[in-house]
Amino acid sequence: MNEDVVTTVVFVLLALVAVGFGFLVFRVDSMARATFALAVSFVAVGGILLLLDLDYLGVVVVVMMVMEMAIMAVFMIAYMMNPAGLMPMSMYHDKPRAMSIAVGTFVVLAGGALLVDWPERQGAPPDDVTEQVGLGIMGSHMLVMMGIGAVILSTIVSALVLASARSRYDRLGDDLKARPARDPIRGGVGP
Amino acid sequence: MSLEALLVVAAALIAIGLYGALSQQSIVMLMMGLELMLNGVIVAAASFWYYVAPSRPDGQVLVLVVISAMTIEMAMGFAVQTAIFRAGEVELTDEATELSG
Amino acid sequence: MSELLLAPLALLLLAGLALVSVVADRALLARAAGRRLALAELSPWPDVARLLVQRRRTTTAPDALLWRTGGAGLLVAAALMLAVVPIGDSVIADLPIGIVWFNAMDVLLWAFVWLVGWGAASATALVGGYRYLAQALAYELPLMFALTAPAVAAASLDVREVVAAQGDRWHVVEMPIAFAVFLLCVAAFSLWGPFRAPAGSDLAGGVLAETSGVDRLLLLAGRHALVVAGAAFAVPLFLGGGAGPLLPEWTWQLLKTLAVLLLLVVVRRRLPVLRPERFAEVGWVLLVPLTLLQVLVTSLIVLAEAP
Repeated sequence: MNEDVVTTVVFVLLALVAVGFGFLVFRVDSMARATFALAVSFVAVGGILLLLDLDYLGVVVVVMMVMEMAIMAVFMIAYMMNPAGLMPMSMYHDKPRAMSIAVGTFVVLAGGALLVDWPERQGAPPDDVTEQVGLGIMGSHMLVMMGIGAVILSTIVSALVLASARSRYDRLGDDLKARPARDPIRGGVGP
Repeated sequence: MSLEALLVVAAALIAIGLYGALSQQSIVMLMMGLELMLNGVIVAAASFWYYVAPSRPDGQVLVLVVISAMTIEMAMGFAVQTAIFRAGEVELTDEATELSG
Repeated sequence: MSELLLAPLALLLLAGLALVSVVADRALLARAAGRRLALAELSPWPDVARLLVQRRRTTTAPDALLWRTGGAGLLVAAALMLAVVPIGDSVIADLPIGIVWFNAMDVLLWAFVWLVGWGAASATALVGGYRYLAQALAYELPLMFALTAPAVAAASLDVREVVAAQGDRWHVVEMPIAFAVFLLCVAAFSLWGPFRAPAGSDLAGGVLAETSGVDRLLLLAGRHALVVAGAAFAVPLFLGGGAGPLLPEWTWQLLKTLAVLLLLVVVRRRLPVLRPERFAEVGWVLLVPLTLLQVLVTSLIVLAEAP
């Protein structure tokens, strides 16, 4: 009984942190604070996953999202015009319509969540939850992981192609024969 | 902490993310809205795993897929923004209109 | 041992070992400069006192919330890393995913060190923060694979089961590359030795540039605390935990932690600073394939020895 109360209190706290900091992302002026408000929201979601017995996934969410937020911070500072929030400025367009669409979506989704007759629980969580997901992705759901692997590889290639300013002709000359390559940073392993 | 409560939290995250994605002018902030929406999807997937089918790995695999999707979306989003920025010194969605019309 | 006593004891051990590393570092510095090892040379307390009473400098428009959060974060991350290390028979947090928890704590450092660099509102500090992220991108994947190898060998992510699985043959014998890469990554996430470019002297201290007084003390102490936490985690993962003849388990564990710690302290001033962009190439082109091969070899050993 006591443990139930503690779980509920912790869950309510984490939910408030996740939703509250999620909303704060779009309210603060400073871009760095927005990024790390999002990071706190993700850590709270990781905590909610820990409450659901999903130990490994909760910690993986924290790992991946904090890394992503740190990299996102670099890009925010590079591309945004008001990174430190020193000038208050409003970077919105169409705020009333966006707000009404968002509130409408919430009403529909939350109403569905509360009114739909969800199915009964089938079975119980296994003793080793991590083993279940490990065996799942290596066994019955291996196709999913192979697909993700292929997608990530193509993401790496396309991101580099889009973001690189210099092609191999810039590096190796018009006939691709210049060795060593003309790079701003010397040294390296290959051409 | 019931299924309904968790789904309401997920719905709130999705709604806030949608608000951000629709109202923000900057591409990077729009992506943060998308991340929040996927955050909500993670909570929903995990709670369905726990409350409906905990004996199968499907819910957990879905959470892994969503995490990968977030990473991929961020990588491509930043690559696209870098390319747009190099082409026209632009970082606002309103001005990235070269392909329109 | 009672769980209530364990957390303060762990913090005490963290502080004690951090003090050992500070004193050893100062001793090596003094020997290298040819000075005699006197108490005045070795004692860090005058510097600590000076930093505690020093007036806090600040810049024009710092982001104080983010700056102080980052500054305090290093010590918090080190303490949380230590929470999954078995001390004697018991652990503060017996997580079934202890190895991934350690990884999560060192990823939190990405955020904390960048926040220290950003919060100072200073160009050199920000460059230091960016250097840290560049290094971190390079070492993170090798670190993850180096942590995977002992987990594969023990078929578990729980640190105590990794200790139990080592038996008479320690993991460092089976997976030396993983051990070496792990120590390298401990140095890297602590801004230590060859990886001190983010706090480098060419940046007027980098992320340490605008800090003074208590904040500076927290950051400098945090670096030492992180190295201690990393060394303490290497022992149950690679060096067999408390295993050893004659002496009790906690003594062996302490001795092994001291040995790894002193190794890291000796390496600190010996190697030149690595430039982050050069290290990025080393990390991706050399260390990732090496650690992957290591995990492959470990998996083959596990399959060969399976009953």
